[in-house]
Amino acid sequence: MISLTEVRKEYPGGVVALDGVSLEIGGGELVAIVGPSGSGKSTMLNMLGTLDRPTSGGVRIAGYDTARLSDAQLSALRARRIGFVFQQFHLSPGVSALENVADGLLYCGRRPAERRRRATAALERVGLGHRVRHRPSELSGGERQRVALARAVVGDPPLLLADEPTGSLDSAAGAGVMDLLLDLHAAGTTVVLITHDREIAERLPRRVHMRDGRMVQDSAAPPLAAVNARRALAGDRGGSTAIANERQAP
Amino acid sequence: MTAAVLHPARMWPGDLLKVGAVGLRTRPLRATLSALGIAIGIAAMVAVVGISASSRADLDRTLDALGTNLLTVGPGRTMFGADAQLPEESEAMVGRIGPVTAVAAVGRVSSARVYRTRLIPAAQSGGITTFAARIPLLATVGATLRSGTWLNDATARYPAVVLGASAANRLGIGHAGPDVRVLIGGVYFTVVGILEPVALAPELDPAALIGWAAAQSTLRFDGHPTTIYTRAAEAQVEAVRDVLGATANPRSPNEVEVSRPSDALPAKRAAGEAFTGLLLGLGAVALLVGGVGVANTMVISVLERRAEIGLRRSLGATRGQIRIQFLAESLLLSALGGVGGALLGAAVTAGYAMYQDWPPVTPAVALFGGVAATLVIGGLAGLYPALRAARLSPTEALAAT
Ligand SMILES: Nc1ncnc2c1ncn2[C@@H]1O[C@H](COP(=O)(O)OP(=O)(O)OP(=O)(O)O)[C@@H](O)[C@H]1O
Ligand SMILES: [Mg+2]
Repeated sequence: MISLTEVRKEYPGGVVALDGVSLEIGGGELVAIVGPSGSGKSTMLNMLGTLDRPTSGGVRIAGYDTARLSDAQLSALRARRIGFVFQQFHLSPGVSALENVADGLLYCGRRPAERRRRATAALERVGLGHRVRHRPSELSGGERQRVALARAVVGDPPLLLADEPTGSLDSAAGAGVMDLLLDLHAAGTTVVLITHDREIAERLPRRVHMRDGRMVQDSAAPPLAAVNARRALAGDRGGSTAIANERQAP
Repeated sequence: MTAAVLHPARMWPGDLLKVGAVGLRTRPLRATLSALGIAIGIAAMVAVVGISASSRADLDRTLDALGTNLLTVGPGRTMFGADAQLPEESEAMVGRIGPVTAVAAVGRVSSARVYRTRLIPAAQSGGITTFAARIPLLATVGATLRSGTWLNDATARYPAVVLGASAANRLGIGHAGPDVRVLIGGVYFTVVGILEPVALAPELDPAALIGWAAAQSTLRFDGHPTTIYTRAAEAQVEAVRDVLGATANPRSPNEVEVSRPSDALPAKRAAGEAFTGLLLGLGAVALLVGGVGVANTMVISVLERRAEIGLRRSLGATRGQIRIQFLAESLLLSALGGVGGALLGAAVTAGYAMYQDWPPVTPAVALFGGVAATLVIGGLAGLYPALRAARLSPTEALAAT
């Protein structure tokens, strides 16, 4: 589903946010990206979501080599294959939950009636069937994030990317959102989420640890890779191992 | 791994409209105010064009009623710059021109001042001119009476007078009657009639008109016409005009002034045209200011809505779709102002025309031109903000809060 090879991202001004990250994520996986603030987690998620292009290295998403796609084609890829959830929800304040969710299909070429029908179904799926007409300002934080989640999945994207979806929620509301993500994973969606919450991360089948723009540990990697990763963490720049599906920072 | 070629989906026109209206719906007051600038400019321009068109329509209506075949002959100046005189027989000669259908002369009775009573000092002459008038004058110039009757063969020989509209006002005389008298050159004349204002011969309004014979017998009128009014067959007006000078004064045709009063009416209206131009210019400036207002609103809108732009990009909007969203918003904003302004301008035109008793005319060209102009302005005003919105990178836009 996702394959990063030697992805490097350098921002203007010389900040290297990603320093040669290689990572494979298979279809249907549920992966947590963890690491200290500023370690490049969001930057990596932007690469996975094709919101930004790497300075160098390859990004393949759903079989497409993103370097070969035009900006408009990347937009189409996002419209059909990728759903996003953000910490700040990013809901339109003036319109109802239903319209916010229906907007998730706006750039897929679907007719308004179908968009509304599917938006209603998506809201029911996140347990907000009774809040369809409410505006974001009339919803709690947890409800808002569930609306945002419904918008992300209304088009049934195979890939869902979430950047600290529970970051601004209390633990109960966060748990509700996490349950929904687990449900989606169970239904076959590939989910990649960034979280600061250790407890949440511990519950997930695979964790990718980031530090200073490098991947320092991948919980799905076999022991050797984990050792190498620990060595890399200690400052030993040993030769990179290239094990399919699990790679570590060089 | 091969995958199908990706194509961004087209947006439905209805969705485009809805997306373009997002800014208007979420910030209605700001939208209204910036549309108002455009509306004022368009309203001013539509009203100016509409009012001058209504005025012209009224003029056409007036000319239709008055006829454009009235010609006047008057004495010009001699070679040496002195006032010329028309020969006494000039009226009869003009009447002999084939296509001339009516002729009537008036002759100024100089030194015959007009007063209401003897009590008014001679120095206060009141600006009323006394004319000896021929009987057919009324029909020839198309004058109508407000009160009383016109001169006839009998009253023309006696001290009877018909007052022009403003002359009657100045003398404070409201209606004619056997007991209403004025002093002309020291002789009491009975006011037998009062005229309505004469559109084609406004010089008759501040005049006292008395019979030709009475003028000669009581006021020592010299019998020289000062203006000869003629009507000619419509198709022959120009031909008649060419021969009038030589006919009225064969010995010195250069000393004759011929004019067509109906030509002067549009010229009189045209005097207001410079003012119209000024108002149009003001309207254009208002429109420009309105356009700048819309551009300003759009720039702010793009700045404020960076997060929304980022979100839309993450939902799959292409740069083009973001561009067209903000362009549509700008166009909607100014079209709103344009349509509102056109309606307002038409309403102002209708109100003013009604007040002036003109037929209200708002040229369709002005309405459509106005709305089209606002679309051009909206497009120009929205272009730069839309380009900026589309250029934003999705991550940069999402980072803004
Ligand atoms: N647009 C940008 N321009 C310049 N530097 C940037 C930009 N975005 C991020 N960075 C830098 O890149 C590094 C990685 O940032 P990133 O947002 O990926 O961190 P993060 O792991 O998501 O942190 P957090 O947990 O605080 O969200 C940081 O040092 C940050 O300052
Ligand atoms: Mg982050």
